Amino acid sequence: MNWWTPQVEATLIAMVQAVVILLAVVVSGALLSMIERRLLALWQDRYGPNRVGPFGLLQIAADMLKIFFKEDWIPPFADRTFFVLAPAIAMASLLLSFMVIPITPGWGVADLNIGILFFFAMAGINVYAVLFAGWASGNKYALLGALRASAQTLSYEVFMGLAVMGIVAMTGSFNMRDIVNAQENVWFIVPQFFGFCTFVIAGIAVTHRHPFDQPEAEQELADGYHIEYSGMKWGMFFVGEYIGIVLISALLVTLFFGGWHGPLLPPIVWFLLKTVFFVILFVLLRAALPRPRYDKVMSFGWKVCLPLTLVNLLITGAMILLIDPGV
Amino acid sequence: MQIAFYLSGLVAILATLRVVTGTHPVHALLYLIVSLIAVAMVFFALGAPFAGALEIIVYAGAIMVLFVFVVMMLNLGESAVEQERAWLQPRAWMGPAILTAVLLIVMVVTLASGDYDGSISGETLTAKMVGMSLFGPYLVIVELAAMLLLAALVAASHLGRSEAHDEADLARERQRELNEQASAVASGETSIHTREESRDTQEGKA
Repeated sequence: MNWWTPQVEATLIAMVQAVVILLAVVVSGALLSMIERRLLALWQDRYGPNRVGPFGLLQIAADMLKIFFKEDWIPPFADRTFFVLAPAIAMASLLLSFMVIPITPGWGVADLNIGILFFFAMAGINVYAVLFAGWASGNKYALLGALRASAQTLSYEVFMGLAVMGIVAMTGSFNMRDIVNAQENVWFIVPQFFGFCTFVIAGIAVTHRHPFDQPEAEQELADGYHIEYSGMKWGMFFVGEYIGIVLISALLVTLFFGGWHGPLLPPIVWFLLKTVFFVILFVLLRAALPRPRYDKVMSFGWKVCLPLTLVNLLITGAMILLIDPGV
Repeated sequence: MQIAFYLSGLVAILATLRVVTGTHPVHALLYLIVSLIAVAMVFFALGAPFAGALEIIVYAGAIMVLFVFVVMMLNLGESAVEQERAWLQPRAWMGPAILTAVLLIVMVVTLASGDYDGSISGETLTAKMVGMSLFGPYLVIVELAAMLLLAALVAASHLGRSEAHDEADLARERQRELNEQASAVASGETSIHTREESRDTQEGKA
């Protein structure tokens, strides 16, 4: 057959890979809602959802059925366009970010030269989901949540980018595959420990997870920006948050923990093991830490994390010049 | 790449037109965001992915968020839409539109008569090349921009500081009152009584 050229084969393989990665991410995002509840219950000495199916594994099916068949209601005082657009942005921008993450040497969607910058662009777009949702709902609590979310995300994105620049300087490339390959001998957590600390904090803040869940603080804002949402639109915010956790975990693994590198086991297993470790860490943080006051969160970001990343970047640059002045 | 360039250019122009003609402030801002993303796509098509990514991160991801933030705080309702509609009379936009049209004709004629061969292409610029030229021939401009931003930072921090200043003053005043009370205690009991009485009356008023 003359149409079966190597090009066609490569295109088909790339398409199948992209679809498999997309499905895996969405399914793991949905499953996480159940896993998180079980883990939280384990740490708090109770059972959690354990009635539906073996070990409560079918709880997620029950939840999904409920979300799908719930009435999809748009309040009459809401701005329709923005109300519908917001959950789509929330999920799509995070899903698109998975494009740049190299999973194994052979697996990954796109090999972009601007790699990590693409993630920051998508994280920047993701802010609009919360902003538009809060504004379009026509609700004071939702608007307050949106204002908090935008201020928090903007402040934390500033040093999130700077935290990674040390790695970019050491690798000499924005490409995620180059970054993973540069970690074959030493993972970047060792030379870039402060970059790692600040990136974790910023990652939690950007996904609005505990203890940085000011935008949806149940006790003060009664769920914040998605207070007026119901049915599948709310479900998209919900699953989007879990996709955010998986994304930040995968990024931490790729940037600081050597991606697929590891002894004995095949690359895909190492990547998944490390990612699952960070996802569980996210859940443990939620179980362990209380929510700080909002102004404390902001001043911590600007007064502690930002100077720390700047000093880290300065020292990294000095070390690179000291070790190899020719570059 | 040519198709990508023309398509995203068209989207940018249409979206920007809607920003100008739109009457609803937040909807106009959404069009402006779309326009900025389209301009980023133009950069991608021209082979400058670094500039494109920065365009989205800085303009769409940070500056426009602040715009939307402020407009949302203003809580503009139907009256703002009505006012905007009233301002969009041909009398208001006719003059600038004619002048801009003249400039457009000048630009099109210049492009048509120049050595432009009609193709959209360019070699891909890497981040390293951008950095080399920023810290090479354009070093002075970069430093001046940095100083300008630092000045803005200091000014903003000063403007935001006034409240903290007041708090410090308040704390100092409270401390002085406490000291006075302490000296009153030292001088004798009668003054304490009067002080307590006065506080009681104050609380009664509250």
